[in-house]
Formats: sequence, C-alpha cells, structure tokens
Amino acid sequence: MPDMKVNLAGMTMKNPIVVASGTFGFGREYNEFFDLGELGGICAKGLTLLPREGNPAPRIAETPMGILNSVGLQNPGVDAFIKEELPFLRQFDTKVIANISGNTPEEYGIMCDKLAAAGVDMIEVNISCPNVKAGGLAYGTRPDLAAEVTAMARKHAGSVPVMVKLSPNVTDITEIAKAVESAGADAVSLINTIRGMRIDVNTRRPVLKMNTGGMSGPAVLPVAVRMVWEVANAVKIPVLGMGGVAKGEDAAQLMLAGATAVAVGTSLFADPYAAIKVRDELAAIADRQGLASVRELTGGVKPW
Amino acid sequence: MKVERKCKIVEKTRMGDAIYLTLEAGDMVRTSFKGPGQFVHIKCGDAQLLRRPISVCLCSEDEPGDLVSIVFEVRGEGTAWLAEREVGQELDVLGLAGNGFQLEADKRCLLVGGGIGIPPMLGCASYFDRSTAILGGRSADKIILTDRFEVCCDKVMVATDDGSLGHHGFVDALVRQELEQDKDYDYVLACGPKPMLRNVAKAAQEFGVKCLVSMEERMGCGVGACLVCACDMADGSRKHVCKNGPVFDAEEVDWNA
Repeated sequence: MPDMKVNLAGMTMKNPIVVASGTFGFGREYNEFFDLGELGGICAKGLTLLPREGNPAPRIAETPMGILNSVGLQNPGVDAFIKEELPFLRQFDTKVIANISGNTPEEYGIMCDKLAAAGVDMIEVNISCPNVKAGGLAYGTRPDLAAEVTAMARKHAGSVPVMVKLSPNVTDITEIAKAVESAGADAVSLINTIRGMRIDVNTRRPVLKMNTGGMSGPAVLPVAVRMVWEVANAVKIPVLGMGGVAKGEDAAQLMLAGATAVAVGTSLFADPYAAIKVRDELAAIADRQGLASVRELTGGVKPW
Repeated sequence: MKVERKCKIVEKTRMGDAIYLTLEAGDMVRTSFKGPGQFVHIKCGDAQLLRRPISVCLCSEDEPGDLVSIVFEVRGEGTAWLAEREVGQELDVLGLAGNGFQLEADKRCLLVGGGIGIPPMLGCASYFDRSTAILGGRSADKIILTDRFEVCCDKVMVATDDGSLGHHGFVDALVRQELEQDKDYDYVLACGPKPMLRNVAKAAQEFGVKCLVSMEERMGCGVGACLVCACDMADGSRKHVCKNGPVFDAEEVDWNA
C-alpha cells in the first residue's frame, strides 16, 4: 500500500483527497454516510462576511455529463460558521479549509482575521465572486485585482496558509496564477466552475433563474487537467486540482498534470461515497504502478 | 448512518401515464421513516449525472426487506430510463430522504393530491385515521389509485379540470366545500403543482385550519449539502426542499415567489 500522505503548502493531509467547496455544506449531511476523518480535508461551503440567502430557484440544471449551478453563495456568514460549524468539523481527524468571498479587499481581510483567530487549517480565497467593487468585474479575471485581494488575505491570515481559487473563465489562467503567487499566495486551487447556460426550448426560458451558471461535473475534467498542467508549469506554489473528478484515474490525471492534492465535488451528488472511492482507486493505481508514495504522481506527466 | 443501497424492483404496474414500482429496500423504512411524504433519490442510469427525487407513495417494514413504492410519470431522460426498468432489476436508491408529514397518526386530515401529487397522499391516507381525500387532475385518466384511497379514507372526492370525472374545476372548490361542512379537521395536507398548493393553502387559511404542503424543486445532492433546491420563505429566508422539506407549513412559504 503506497504512502498516501501529502503536504499542501505546509498542511499535511493523510491522503490527497479533499471535498470541494459548495458541494459538501459544512460536512454534517455527509457525516451521516461516512466518517469525515476518512478525507484528507474539507473545503467548507463558501462564506461571506454577512449571511446571504443566495439566488432564487431553479439553481441547478443538468447538462451532458455535468451540471450548471447558480446557488449564489448562500451561507450563514463567517461568524455563524466559526460559532456553530467549525467546532463540529474540528471533531474529525481531517483538515478544515474555510472558503471565503468578499465584496471588497477589506472584507477578505476581516474574514481572514476572524478565521485565523478561530483556527482553521487553510483559507481558500474565492476570487470569482459575483458582486465586486471594481464595476462588477470579478477579481478572478484581472491579475492586478487578484493580486490585491491575495495580498490582503495573506496579510490578515497570520500563520494560516492562503490558497487562491482560480476561475477558468479567463484567456490565460497562468497570468492570474503568477499574479497571486507574487502577491503571497501559498497555494492555488483550480478550476472553479465554467460559465454556461441551458435553455428550455419549449418555454424559451433559461433553465436557471439567473439565466447563466457555473458548470461542473465529469464534462469539465479535460479543461481542469489542461489548466492544472499550465498553472503547475507557471508557478512554484502547490496546486489543488479539481473539476469533474469522479474516479481514481481522474484524480491521478490531475496529479500527473501537477496537482499536489485533488478535490471531489459534483460527483458526490450522484454518489455520496464518491470521495472515498476516488481515494481508494487512486491508492490502487499508485500501488499497481509500484509507487512508494502517491506524491510521486505529482507533475509526472511526460508531454510529447 | 444514512446509506445509498441497491433496491430490487418487485412490482411494476402502469396506471395511465404513471408507473408504479415497489422496491425491496433492506432496512430503509425501519431506519429512516419519519412520516408519510418523504422521498427517495434514485440514480437513473450512467448517462444522467443527477439522481431523481421521487416521492414515496407507500412504505412499510417487511421481510425479507422493507417495501417502498413510488409512482412517477416520464418527464425527461431520467424518468424515461426509470420507466424501462423491469421487475427483478435493481435500482441505486438513497433514502428515505426529507422530513415528510410528521404528525401524530390520530390527527384527522383532509388530504389533497393533484396529478402526480396524488400518490404521496395515499401514504398519508394509510397513515392517518379517518381521512378524507380530494384528488385532482387535468382529466379522468390522471386520477389514479382511487380504489386504494377508498379503502383507507372515510370519503374520497374527485375534481378534474375538464369535468371528465367528479367536480368540474379545481380542487380548492372541494376543499372549501368540505371545510365548510365539516369543522373537525386538524390539518389539510397537500401535494401537487405550486399554483394548486397556493390555492389549497389559501382555502385552509380562510377556515383557520393548519395546512402542510409538499414542495417540489430541482434537486442536486438530495441531502442538504449543495443548497440548490431553494424554497422562498415568507420571512425572506430560503430553505431547502430536500433537507428542510419537502413538507413545509403553508404559512412559512412565500407564495408570491
């Protein structure tokens, strides 16, 4: 059995499989299916400074081997997370990664102060949020703004590593990755969802009430693998890879492309045990290839 | 612990456009029954990423396995796949999910089911004593399970939009008529399309009778983690059909959303 331990920006995980933010709530629901301590880590549901009720329904549409969602960051706010959810997550032998979105760089700073004081293992900074100061342009699509937010988070996170979650909805993702690395990011995670749309041809209405949404699921895996590969080659900080992972082979692809660890998200909706199965299948692949450690997969792709 | 498990189809019947399946479900009912009106979240083949939530019609503890019956119509690719399953085949089922109509069995209820919202009301009819059922649909062929309701209920009434069976019109007219004549109902319980639920809730409110409704929304995980199946509440908050529902107090729901 290969060694499954990995180190993501100073955070040691028992295995490289984490669950993706927004697909796992704060863990309570899936803890009714399996012990959360089986996971390498948990990226908790995205938090904002104040509670948000999110977008009107329908918030989900099925697409070929994927889904679109437009939840809109519904969450109880960072204070309620620290008071009510973090103590629950802390009971388990797994790493807790808080995910934050702000309307201004200052909001990111305040949330990092609070979370660092409360004691999370890592802060994942979501820079693809819908409402931002700079004329509605998402922080994640402009290198200077992405860097500004990263610097603010890094300044307020104390000793907690900061991982910046990158949007794939850009021309060149390596530009953003390099910008956040320069601004002090300890790691990057990618990919966030890809913007998409589905229309009901009978009603001529978009299926989602918000018209467009973010696409995830197995259909996006090749995009994720390509972007992880590009980013891993462009920066020195570690990469958490995600996007459409449904089986061990998918996780192995992301690791070969350069990811240190891998998140499972949308697949959980089809199979509540998906993350555990991915972990076991990944271990089996590493074992079959005679690897002493799963870490040997990272960056191991042999490009033509 | 919740589980996702393989359930064998032990019965399949066609009822007009609807299909009735009975599943052998291990200890699912023993371990997760909260009240009639819960749902099961079913994987519909490998081509569909998302499971399909389907209301439980009847369920019971049984040997060798608990029995769960569901009724559905083909609405898309997922239910089309499900409709092709036959007796003896297995389904991947997560459940029982959601909260159901969680009331004491001695409550006297006026049950209102519209269209494919009729089957979950049969579970209520067999659970609650001395119920009355009002069944509605577009036309006579949409009114299903009437004989089963007649066994379980004191009284069964039917309304059809086209007048092909029973009262010509919507169910809320019959709800008002019944609540006017009989002041002894503890609750009105309803399942059906949202405009019907809104009208039934309004009728119940006029007579000062508590009303619980089973809501529907496009669903993701089915367990309360992904937050997609949002239902607008009267207080401005958004709850989730899969975890906080599907059954809500009608007064909690924002009917204007």
